[in-house]
Amino acid sequence: MISDFFRVAWHVMRKDLTVEVRSKEVLLTTLFFAVSVVLVFSFAIVREGRAPDDVAAGILWVAVSFSGTLAMGRTFERERYNDTLRALLLAPSDRPAIYTGKLLGLLVLLALVEMVLVPLVGLLFNAPVLAFPGTLAALLVLGTVGFSAVGTLFAAMLVRVRSRDTLLPVLLYPITIPVMIAGVRGTAALFQETPDLPMAQFWIGLLIVWDAIFITLALWTFEPVMTE
Amino acid sequence: MTKLNPLLIGLSAVMLGAAPWMIDRAPYESTMGLVQKVFYFHFPSAILFLVAALICGVASAIFLFGKRPRADGWAIAAAELGLLFGSLTLVTGPLWARKAWGVWWVWDPRLTSSLLLWMIFSAYLLLRRYGGPGSDKLGAGMALFGMANVPFIYVSVNVWRTLHPQTSVVPTLPTDMGLPLWYCFAAFTMLFIALLNLRARLEHQRARVEALYLAEDEA
Repeated sequence: MISDFFRVAWHVMRKDLTVEVRSKEVLLTTLFFAVSVVLVFSFAIVREGRAPDDVAAGILWVAVSFSGTLAMGRTFERERYNDTLRALLLAPSDRPAIYTGKLLGLLVLLALVEMVLVPLVGLLFNAPVLAFPGTLAALLVLGTVGFSAVGTLFAAMLVRVRSRDTLLPVLLYPITIPVMIAGVRGTAALFQETPDLPMAQFWIGLLIVWDAIFITLALWTFEPVMTE
Repeated sequence: MTKLNPLLIGLSAVMLGAAPWMIDRAPYESTMGLVQKVFYFHFPSAILFLVAALICGVASAIFLFGKRPRADGWAIAAAELGLLFGSLTLVTGPLWARKAWGVWWVWDPRLTSSLLLWMIFSAYLLLRRYGGPGSDKLGAGMALFGMANVPFIYVSVNVWRTLHPQTSVVPTLPTDMGLPLWYCFAAFTMLFIALLNLRARLEHQRARVEALYLAEDEA
């Protein structure tokens, strides 16, 4: 049973990534959007080559959440446009496995985006991104998982709803602000002049709790909300 | 239940009308003085704000997993009341904070999470208003996530050191302050129950009218 679950999730993820490798639509647009967000912030905030202290962490996470929202909307828009969501849901498999596959595909895309975003933020805002690579990676991974777990569920549910493009951020941001607070505070603890490692680890612990709650709730609700 | 509504509304109207006298007769708090009296309205609205979140979440879970369409009416009613009592909480809180802490607002965990819950209610109602067909299930999912935030709000004040008074303050109040507090709490709760009842009934009737229209279209 468990192996079946992950086999289906793996296939859904591979399908999404294959489509993505061929078209590169979501990756390129999301990446470009994320870079523009960071650039807009640097034009607005950096004065005479110096950014104010403590802004780098916030800007990194704003860019992640904005571009993440864009990517989420697009991955399900493709299913709606080609009317393949019904085919996907008709597959004789667990619905939560389909959700997991979609989530994993999104996470791979966002990981690629973050690999560009982190050095860019380090460069433009003088953030010490290489000081604690492991801790920073843990914060980014856990934060992105929590954010995407809710986002994938909401994007899937919004496929059938009017004005889905405006409603996704409206619903997503209030719910995921706890994750954003933990991510931003943890990253800021690493980026400050005297890094505060125990503080960053405290926020990592909190992120693990939130991720567990959000993933459990999402797996639990995906089945009933996707049933017509 | 419907016969109870006028009684509840009348009683809470009389009690709320008399509340200023009750609050006036309560003694002044030694350090905060007059402004502490906003607490008699702040506390009941804050508790009912959380109760509304719980009702909305539980009703949504029943709607989603138990497939009972009527539960959705209770969820909408609770969400609207949550927004109402949440707004009361968020307006009376800063009035007090300005005097007690010297600022209108601080990003303390409890204040932050109350504001978040208020935003979740707003987003839920925006979805129900503008989402169109299919938004009821999505709203129920959203409400479940909103309910997951409630224990976070309640516990947060005790875990992190904050400016907000601890939750143990209320049972230890002296009687002459505790009496008007529970009096106001009773009045607010009756108002809450009556409004919840009326709003849910309205929603059920609306759903019924819709079903009748659909049936006539098919006939």
